[in-house]
Amino acid sequence: MVDSPSLEVRHLRKVYGEIVAVDDLTFSTPRGAVLGLLGGNGAGKTTTIAMLLGLLEPTAGDIRVLGVDMRRRRYDVLPRMNFSSPYVDLPHRLTVRQNLAFYGRLYGVKDLGRRIEEIAGHMQIAPFLERPAGKLSAGQKTRVALAKALINRPEVLLLDEPTASLDPDTADWVRGYLEEYQAETHATILLASHNMGEVERLCDDVILLQAGRVFERGSPRELIERFGREDMEEVFLDVARGRGRGLETLKRHGAS
Amino acid sequence: MSGGTVSGSAQRICALVLRHIHIWRSSVMRLIDSIYWPAVQMVMWGFMTQYLMPQASFVAQAAGVLLSGLLLWEVLVRGNLSLSIAFLEEMWSRNLGHLFVSPIRSWEMATGIIVAALLRTLLGMVPVSLLAWAFFGYNVYTLGLPLVAFFFILQMFSWSIGLAMSGMIMRVGQSAESFAWAAVFILMPVSGVYYPVSVLPEWLQAISWGLPPAYVFEGMRAIMTEKTVHWDSLGIAFGLSVVYLVIGFQIFQWFFRLSRRAGTLLGQGE
Repeated sequence: MVDSPSLEVRHLRKVYGEIVAVDDLTFSTPRGAVLGLLGGNGAGKTTTIAMLLGLLEPTAGDIRVLGVDMRRRRYDVLPRMNFSSPYVDLPHRLTVRQNLAFYGRLYGVKDLGRRIEEIAGHMQIAPFLERPAGKLSAGQKTRVALAKALINRPEVLLLDEPTASLDPDTADWVRGYLEEYQAETHATILLASHNMGEVERLCDDVILLQAGRVFERGSPRELIERFGREDMEEVFLDVARGRGRGLETLKRHGAS
Repeated sequence: MSGGTVSGSAQRICALVLRHIHIWRSSVMRLIDSIYWPAVQMVMWGFMTQYLMPQASFVAQAAGVLLSGLLLWEVLVRGNLSLSIAFLEEMWSRNLGHLFVSPIRSWEMATGIIVAALLRTLLGMVPVSLLAWAFFGYNVYTLGLPLVAFFFILQMFSWSIGLAMSGMIMRVGQSAESFAWAAVFILMPVSGVYYPVSVLPEWLQAISWGLPPAYVFEGMRAIMTEKTVHWDSLGIAFGLSVVYLVIGFQIFQWFFRLSRRAGTLLGQGE
């Protein structure tokens, strides 16, 4: 039996009044892939993630996660997903352990006490499990948010800037952990990031968004070759500034 | 994973209630707030009653009628505030995004915050009722079994307002917060808290009898002055409260759908 794609998006569109945030977005990704979603501010990354999670209702289009229609049966698949975003916090007054227990119960995690100890060990947050989440440093908060995102061992993990506000050492460690988790569980990860080094390291496949549309798609290596550049940072700048291959693609898309 | 099963729902509702209990334990000041205002009101009306007793035959005839009115009105106000606060806790901590992408359904969330609100109201009102006993020798529990009915009718009605207000805050944002606090007070003049509904103009009486609190406060006065329990009126009030609760939840759901459409669930917070 052939597995259905892990994430399948067809003709997705989101319009706010006269502003088109996401326009006819179509893509799919197989199970176990790490897909990068890149684009400048306002390109439609967060809007797309919010629609994939069911937080935002699309104006048009279909979304299937693990073969399940998110519009009609999202509660069937939400226990198998999770996410982390710098735009959403955990309750400040609860301790880290209480937060993880709270979300563990919401996700119906079995043997929760053991799972919290396990994830605390993996994310190196055990020393501050009893501290209120609001009293943690930015880096600690990010690790706790990742622990929450992994509490239910998600098959689909959506990460919006997972290493934002982390120092380079901790960010590198988090990337390493995500690689391990993905290799171990074959989870599908959708990663929105502004860190191009992170994208090159983690992603099998990248979608470059501009004005809510797919601008380019390929593996980091393919994109670097296609743009004739040294790394993803330069590719991103070409797209953002409309120069080189970025300009050609813009013309192909009929943009002014 | 416990998905869509009854035990899964119960687990998620318990998780939400437990989360609020943790917050109260970490911030006793938030609970003191639930006692403070009802206590101040109770002391003021207690002295007012003592002053009026020798001068007004109605008050003399039914000592404690004002205090009972006050305590029951506070049950309504605190119920609404407790529910709104339970919901706002999620917004203040910018947590709505995490909640709504978890497997918790909106009815489970509503049930969880209703249970949390009920506990919070009890934690506030029971000590105040005991203070009324200690300070003024007035025991509200002498109302007996109907008191339980009064309490739950008022609570259900307050939850319906709280759910509607929470939905509005979810959609509009925290600028609507002050309205959520004040909304319930518009009902006070037509609820017959301190005076009978019959003193109102006829058109206002029609509105009063469409609201459960009017039956409760009239019922309370009937017990205190006539020693009679109007169970039929309480039945109507209970039925109305159920209808309002269903409407309140539907309004919450409607605002939830609007928020999903408008994209306001992700970034709400302090």
